[in-house]
Amino acid sequence: MAIKIENLDYVYMQGSPFEKKALDNINIEIKDGEFVGLIGHTGSGKSTLVQHLNGLLKPHSGHVFINEHETTEKGEKLKKLRCDVGLVFQYPEHQLFEETVYKDIAYGPTNLGLPKEEIDIRVRDAARCVGLPPEVLDKSPFDLSGGQKRRVAIAGVIAMKPSVLVLDEPTAGLDPAGREEILSQIKSIYDEGNMTVILVSHSMEDVARLVNRLIVMNEGKVFADGTVDEVFSRGRELRNIGLNVPQVNVLIDELVARGLNINPNIYTVENAKNELIEYFKRIKEGGENA
Amino acid sequence: MLKAENLLYSYDNGVKKVDTVLDNLNLNIKKGEFVAVLGHNGCGKSTLAKHFNGLLLPLGGDVYVQGINTKDEEMLWTIRRQVGMVFQNPDNQIVANVVEEDVAFAPENLGIPSAEIRKRVDDALKTVDMYRYRKHAPHLLSGGQKQRVAIAGAIAMRPECIVMDEPTAMLDPMGRAEVMETILKLKAQENMTVVLITHYMDEAAMADRVVVMDDGHIVVDDTPRNVFSQVELLKSLGLDVPQVTELAYSLNKEGFDVNYDVLTVTECADAIMDYVRSIKSGN
Repeated sequence: MAIKIENLDYVYMQGSPFEKKALDNINIEIKDGEFVGLIGHTGSGKSTLVQHLNGLLKPHSGHVFINEHETTEKGEKLKKLRCDVGLVFQYPEHQLFEETVYKDIAYGPTNLGLPKEEIDIRVRDAARCVGLPPEVLDKSPFDLSGGQKRRVAIAGVIAMKPSVLVLDEPTAGLDPAGREEILSQIKSIYDEGNMTVILVSHSMEDVARLVNRLIVMNEGKVFADGTVDEVFSRGRELRNIGLNVPQVNVLIDELVARGLNINPNIYTVENAKNELIEYFKRIKEGGENA
Repeated sequence: MLKAENLLYSYDNGVKKVDTVLDNLNLNIKKGEFVAVLGHNGCGKSTLAKHFNGLLLPLGGDVYVQGINTKDEEMLWTIRRQVGMVFQNPDNQIVANVVEEDVAFAPENLGIPSAEIRKRVDDALKTVDMYRYRKHAPHLLSGGQKQRVAIAGAIAMRPECIVMDEPTAMLDPMGRAEVMETILKLKAQENMTVVLITHYMDEAAMADRVVVMDDGHIVVDDTPRNVFSQVELLKSLGLDVPQVTELAYSLNKEGFDVNYDVLTVTECADAIMDYVRSIKSGN
């Protein structure tokens, strides 16, 4: 079991007029090797939740366990936990600071006190993982494009060899091509099979294609938790809590409402195309009544 | 209102000359138009935006704001007063600790009498629907609210035109909807000229006109309908089309005669239902 969250509560600015219950009785278990999408609009508590995963925030009540260790542990054990869970924050490229890409990626492993050879292996491996060509390693990170900077930042976390990789809004602010690139890179990192991946996003379209499981947060609670199909079948409810269901899913809903006999659980353009082609063929053969 | 003539620009990082960012670009935006500018990262759209209020000056060609050349140094402040800018990150644009003080920042710097400032700030906050938050601290607002405060700050200068560089990029769907609603309202009620740089095709679909840039050039300049029907071209430029347009187009390509001149869910549903009826009547 990679992650176990039990009855987790968290309150911001407790005792002040601005007191806000950010997390309200959260119970989640995530197994090794899962690829989970965590979705919710701004203020739903998803960033607060991921900050509990490596002990940046401690529960006000309840428990968070990472690989059987509780996040309230201190000293060496907490350090170990922070190595286990790699957190990539929003706009991680703002955290780059070193003279070269190589040094930036090496920063974490160097602080672990690893031997030089091991650091070198990790840096090159992490760079390959995120699709950075070797010649970039000697450049200043500040001379790179936005998408490349972001990949350097992600590589810095991967070089720590975490068993759980958490990415908070990794595609924010990128253009469609950049989004596509980062997402397929994350997918291939997951496919290498060494990590549990949690992808935090408010874009259902991005996440739906990749993950095996979706957790939807709303007002500090888990609103839905299941396979992509299970969660999307509650499309109208999701829209009511301010999430944008893929446009094509709204279209399919509309077509079903207008009387087409098609599968309502469709959220990619590709699947919608195939489903409609099947339907067109059926009615061409006269299989469907008018 | 805004005019770029043979505009040429390139960045010089002091070491080596980088490629030309804007290459002989021509664009004319009329008063009251709502123009969306699309293009992948690095195509020059932000560079173009910065020319519209003299933040950058052309290396070749000219940019005119209301007929004034941005190279005319003496008129620079007049130009800046007429073109309000809103950028991507709301946190970088907010300067004061109270919402209404933040909105008052620009008019104060223009040396406007305080009674007039009061009125402008109140009007601007009402326009973006943030009046009841006027005494709040900006850092406790949501992203969409912060961005609306930034827009209020720009319109409190009473500009003729507002240029927004990806104002919704950092916002969630609700915040995006708030900002888009504000833009449409500015256009409808104030006849404001709006230039919106965006990566979101659904936002561009709401504009009067869509300008697509690639490699420092304008590739397409037309109504949203005519632009988005060019699915292959947009894809080749690294851009998306709305999902419903893409679906209708791909059905068409597979030999099903669905009209793909559609931008919204309703239009696409209509097109598919029309096609279904045509098959049934053929049977």
